[in-house]
Amino acid sequence: MNTVYILWLRQLKKYLRSTPRIIGSLGQPLLFLLVFGFGFGSIFAKAGEGSYIQFLVPGIVAMAVIFTAIFGGIELIWDRQFGFLKETMVAPVSRFNIMLGRTIGGATVSVIQGIAVLIISFFVGFKMHNPLMIFPALVFMFLTAFFFTALGTSIASRLMDMQAFPIIMNFLVMPLFFLSGSIFPLENAPKALQILSKVDPLTYGIDGLRYVFEGVSSLNPWADLVYLLGFSIIVFLVGRFLFERMEA
Amino acid sequence: MSKIIEVKNLNKKFGDFTAVNDISFSVEKGNIFAFLGPNGAGKTTTIKMLTTLLPPTSGNVKVNNFDLNTDRDEVRKSFGIVFQDPSLDDDLTAYENMNFHAVLYGVPKEEKEGRIEELLRLVDLLDRKNDYVKNYSGGMKRRLEIARSLIHNPEIIFLDEPTVGLDPQTRNHIWSYVVDLSKRKGVTVFLTTHYMEEAEKMADKIVVIDHGKIIGSGTSDSLKKDTGAESLEEAFLKLTGSEIRHDEAGSLDSLRTHARVWGRTRR
Ligand SMILES: Nc1ncnc2c1ncn2[C@@H]1O[C@H](COP(=O)(O)OP(=O)(O)O)[C@@H](O)[C@H]1O
Ligand SMILES: [Mg+2]
Repeated sequence: MNTVYILWLRQLKKYLRSTPRIIGSLGQPLLFLLVFGFGFGSIFAKAGEGSYIQFLVPGIVAMAVIFTAIFGGIELIWDRQFGFLKETMVAPVSRFNIMLGRTIGGATVSVIQGIAVLIISFFVGFKMHNPLMIFPALVFMFLTAFFFTALGTSIASRLMDMQAFPIIMNFLVMPLFFLSGSIFPLENAPKALQILSKVDPLTYGIDGLRYVFEGVSSLNPWADLVYLLGFSIIVFLVGRFLFERMEA
Repeated sequence: MSKIIEVKNLNKKFGDFTAVNDISFSVEKGNIFAFLGPNGAGKTTTIKMLTTLLPPTSGNVKVNNFDLNTDRDEVRKSFGIVFQDPSLDDDLTAYENMNFHAVLYGVPKEEKEGRIEELLRLVDLLDRKNDYVKNYSGGMKRRLEIARSLIHNPEIIFLDEPTVGLDPQTRNHIWSYVVDLSKRKGVTVFLTTHYMEEAEKMADKIVVIDHGKIIGSGTSDSLKKDTGAESLEEAFLKLTGSEIRHDEAGSLDSLRTHARVWGRTRR
């Protein structure tokens, strides 16, 4: 347990000490919030879908969470290249706990980033129907973050350097983001998109967030929770398998 | 005297390439043992195997009487290591790096602070303990790594080229800690270095490896006698030839460039 704690603490400290990183990873979600929020707001309202900001914010919060999370996972590459990974790998502790500490640490940092975006979105007019629902919101954010950190770690354990990072962002993370119903409703989308969205774990994260923020969702929020948990456990176990076989 | 490290017929292949070729040797408890060889000889690969970082292709290894294949965690508790490449977290302070290690190795809470302080004092870094490691010089980082490797009171300490790139003053300093340690605490020292005078002065036993094979072993005196050389350096050159070996291209350097592109800076 101490292992998990000290690894978690390390991730948190490194994050809080890196102001450029905090600001940098707020940039893209805020840009999306402003451009889409104000750009599409009136069309959205005309189409009878209600307030676009209310619809968009859960997606943008998720965006901040998943980008930070995937990056936190991929950071394993740096730990390997700058040698710190060896220090953890020669220690008499289980690989499972190392992986768990890293993942929880990365996920915590991502949730903080998501909360920052949420706070900013209150200033552009976003409202929560019930402030107490922030607690279930944290659960959905954390599980989403956990999934993407573990995903990033899995990928990183197979890569030797950061060169593939843009490929991962453009061909994996962005499609998962757009397919999840984050910035447009999936109800009227083509059948193929709807089917794809079902295997995108982020769909359930965002649907769950919409429920807790707005009180409305397309699926049962408990089902969202179960799916998200299931996806998280699977990718964590895959990541652990790959992590154990990785060369430090 | 008892053997604290026993290596029998150890092999490591990377694909078709044999980096370590059927080597056998042992290290006596409390000794300073020097593992010498030109670049690419297989020293680091051997150390990585002895320290559980790399699975051997074949062979038997016992460290502190524990079998490498079956008692990994016991083996891991037995040694401390200073890697050839840096292994500190630059974004943490010296104290935080030490504390991280102490927690991972399960050092009892009551003893932790005292040991960290004692070791930081030993390497003259106590007054800089709250500085970020990124602000440390190369020599200070090395000293910190040595201090860190000792927090859990290991029986053995591995030092893979600990003095490379350091000025003579710092090198002297580091070796005087090491000799002191082996004398006072009876810690077994397993070291590699390219500075033959260092090995000549300190090592109780020397093994020379080249192209993955052991090509000489004994004391500094016996190696000189066997080769008819005046100094260990001459003996080393007679054993390994004088052809120049190339170090691997700096993969770390190219990565640093990427890290910078991706918004993180390192010194
Ligand atoms: N992961 C690896 N994959 C392929 N070859 C490797 C790997 N690690 C080391 N080698 C090769 O094994 C040989 C021995 O390397 P090493 O043990 O680092 O030498 P030394 O530490 O004696 O300089 C070198 O030729 C090196 O290129
Ligand atoms: Mg080496």
